[in-house]
Amino acid sequence: MDAKEIIARRVAQELHDRTLVNLGIGLPTLVAHHVPKGMLVAFQSENGIIGFGARPPEGMEDPNLTDAGGGFISAIPGAYAFDSATSFALIRGGHLDMTVLGGLQVDAKGRLANWMVPGKMVAGMGGAMDLVAGARRVVVAMQHAAKGAAKIVPELTLPPTSSRPVSLVVTDLAVIEPTPDGLVLRERAPGVTVGDILAVTTAPLILPDSIPEMTL
Amino acid sequence: MRKPLTAEQAAALVPDGATVMIGGFLGVGSPKRVIDALVARGAKGLTVIGNDTGRPDLGIGRLIVAGCVARAIVSHIGTNPVTQQKMIAGEMRVDLVPQGTLAERIRAGGAGLGGFLTPTGVGTSVAEGKQVLTVDGRDYLLEKPLRADIALLHCYEADYYANLTYRLTAQNFNPLMALAADIVIAEPDEIVPIGVIPPDHVRTPGILVTHLVERPH
Repeated sequence: MDAKEIIARRVAQELHDRTLVNLGIGLPTLVAHHVPKGMLVAFQSENGIIGFGARPPEGMEDPNLTDAGGGFISAIPGAYAFDSATSFALIRGGHLDMTVLGGLQVDAKGRLANWMVPGKMVAGMGGAMDLVAGARRVVVAMQHAAKGAAKIVPELTLPPTSSRPVSLVVTDLAVIEPTPDGLVLRERAPGVTVGDILAVTTAPLILPDSIPEMTL
Repeated sequence: MRKPLTAEQAAALVPDGATVMIGGFLGVGSPKRVIDALVARGAKGLTVIGNDTGRPDLGIGRLIVAGCVARAIVSHIGTNPVTQQKMIAGEMRVDLVPQGTLAERIRAGGAGLGGFLTPTGVGTSVAEGKQVLTVDGRDYLLEKPLRADIALLHCYEADYYANLTYRLTAQNFNPLMALAADIVIAEPDEIVPIGVIPPDHVRTPGILVTHLVERPH
């Protein structure tokens, strides 16, 4: 199982029946492939739809039906389309049960940075700041380290996306929960030791007596 | 009844230096024919308010590449490297606004509101220079309304009163911008006779629309 697959499968375990969920661009979109059978999860795309499905076959795309990354999608029966003010009323208004976002850094306070690298990459925040401020649960899905450099750090060195701490961080190595006392190491990926995780984490981690392996 | 304009006639109504709202999300729901006509006429110095700067060959991105834009007020530029290059070279200014805040600022501009309080951006660079107000123990930023000289919209259907409908994810910012500009120009995919669009389906009433662009040939 590759890193992305581990992350997507583990994040999917955070899904609950009859909830509204927003998946960020990139890695988080993979979570949609792992919805447990029989569970109804309504996925929102912030460009204006709840209830989207897979990309249609070539030649059957609708130019007026795309996801937030600009890719063609389909609408499943019961879908709902809306404007951008409604979309973010859903996000900020407490109606969104969970968002899954990619991350560049998470710090010891649980703060996320994911929208720019000063002097290198300025993507813009898009909807990320609203999602972190407004979703009931914010799950960060990211690689644990970038080419060996820690992404879970004592203090953000990149501009924060919000002052609000995220709810959970799922990486290819670990599940980490930000708490008022600090970051708690909850789970290890299969075959990964606590030492492996500490070696690529510069933020202090609280280690409970039991840190089980993820069940994927 | 409105006699529709050509895209070129519509583009001629946008003076150099104007502040222009342009609907669309990565080009989906953007008025493509009017954008092309603005590029063709060599518009200059525009301030563009929209979700993103598209891609170099898509949506608002075409205006950026053609050098029509002096300032962009958008939520995302990551899909258009030309925007970043021009920003770094000092050829244009980019104001990044969180997407929900951008939508609500436009809504407020069209709804006669003096602004609104949002938790989005608290504790980030977005908060710089803004008032923070605490309501019932929670911090909010005071965000002000946005308006424009001209709104350039895309819609699905229009009738000859310029009542508009939108389709799926192509609606995005369009119905909000229809209320937030002095002149509103709508580019439809189709124009139908008056009476064909049921009143419940009209999302933007024609009385708000200044000019209709003709249907595509």
